[in-house]
Amino acid sequence: MAVADYLIPYDFSPVTILGFALVLGFYGYGLLKMPEADRPGSGRILVFVVGVMICYGVMQTRFDYYSQYMFFVHRGQHLILHHLGPILIALSNPLPVMRFLYSRIKPGVRHILRPLGWLYRFLQHPAIASFLFVGLIYFWLWPPIHFDAMLSRDLYWVMNWSMLLDGLLFWWLIFDPRSPVTSDALGYGKRILLLALVAIPQMILGATIVFSRGMVYDVYEVCGRAWPMPPETDQLLGGLLTWIPPAMMSILGILIILRRAMREDGKVAPLSENLEASHP
Amino acid sequence: MSIECRSRRQGTLPIAAVIATAFLLAGCFGDDGAWRGKDISGLMPELAFELTDTSGDTLTANETDGEIRMLFFGFTSCPDVCPATLQKLSRAVKEMPGELQQDARIVFVSVDPRRDTPERIASYVDFFSERAIGLTGEEKVLRELSKRYRTTFGYDDPDAEGNYNVSHSGAVYVFDREGNARLLFRPDLSVEDIRTDLVALAQESKS
Repeated sequence: MAVADYLIPYDFSPVTILGFALVLGFYGYGLLKMPEADRPGSGRILVFVVGVMICYGVMQTRFDYYSQYMFFVHRGQHLILHHLGPILIALSNPLPVMRFLYSRIKPGVRHILRPLGWLYRFLQHPAIASFLFVGLIYFWLWPPIHFDAMLSRDLYWVMNWSMLLDGLLFWWLIFDPRSPVTSDALGYGKRILLLALVAIPQMILGATIVFSRGMVYDVYEVCGRAWPMPPETDQLLGGLLTWIPPAMMSILGILIILRRAMREDGKVAPLSENLEASHP
Repeated sequence: MSIECRSRRQGTLPIAAVIATAFLLAGCFGDDGAWRGKDISGLMPELAFELTDTSGDTLTANETDGEIRMLFFGFTSCPDVCPATLQKLSRAVKEMPGELQQDARIVFVSVDPRRDTPERIASYVDFFSERAIGLTGEEKVLRELSKRYRTTFGYDDPDAEGNYNVSHSGAVYVFDREGNARLLFRPDLSVEDIRTDLVALAQESKS
């Protein structure tokens, strides 16, 4: 197969291509038009684009073919859509670009978009966000539902898009660049708590798949694998991908938040000294 | 105090909403009804193909409308899955009540067009059942058809004698008389289960 064959979509989805093109288009437009002082540096731009492009890559290249016919590749696809891609996008801090784009929206349109804001705030309730984050992984990996999702083209797209959107919401909540001291962003303690809480059910699920003796996901057996591989090996690798990398990402996330909290500790200290001075 | 109570109640409201939605969603899935095979109604597109039959002519799915069709991908040099499945399907059809047997059709699609000529497919399917037809086509057409039914196939490297193995789906896709995708028979389904489902499907659309 030629290189181009690996890059063209296996299952062409105009909505997906349009979605990614719009995101990159708006981001690029924002970068060009926004005041230079607020513009993210080249490192951050690169991280954002890499985050977006790996998500695109697993949805609209030959990778998607292997994801449909190999369980472990499918787990790798969701690792990128639900974890790695959104983590990179959130860490690149596109907030200044988003603020600039928002400032360009006409007040009338903003008024129409208000329900979206309500929905966003509802979904970003810490309990909802973590429930959805873990719940979606369990939902799509529930064997009968997983079977249906792999058989139905529509469900398959709903599955992948829901994982990507939920990943973006969750990791944006965790890596919200605004300080909880000066804004209504989630406190660092709560962010760390959420990261630890979502890691545990993922580890349990991954370990369950790894240690199950029988075939849990027989749809790959029924529909044929992309290349001959013993089903047990496929399931074992898929289980490991569900178990270890997400747990590691939670720990990495905790370290990043801790670092940020420790930095801000220093900034908050003089303030509390002042407080102490005024309240002897 | 009362303000605190209210804000706490407001905080739990979204959680209750999500749990309720999860239960509602769970209700939409997992109900397989009375079928022995897997109910795939609404999950897959209707039957459509344009392939070459065993006399070398083009056959489209429409020409087989009015019959319960069992679509199966395989190849005639297949050592195990294909003969076992075709054997099972033909036995299930034979055990159906006489008048309903004429409404069942086994559609064997060879995904190995390089080796499987129409003649070879003809003698293969005729061996198993008179209710079976054999089809094949160019690899590109077969790829499109298998993609439509969310399956795939692949070829191993040929050995010294030029023989090679072909990986393919082990499932049988069942379509009703109108061509709607209805059931999926997993490879481990018994002849009796297949027969029961076929009879139910044939009687349901006859009335």
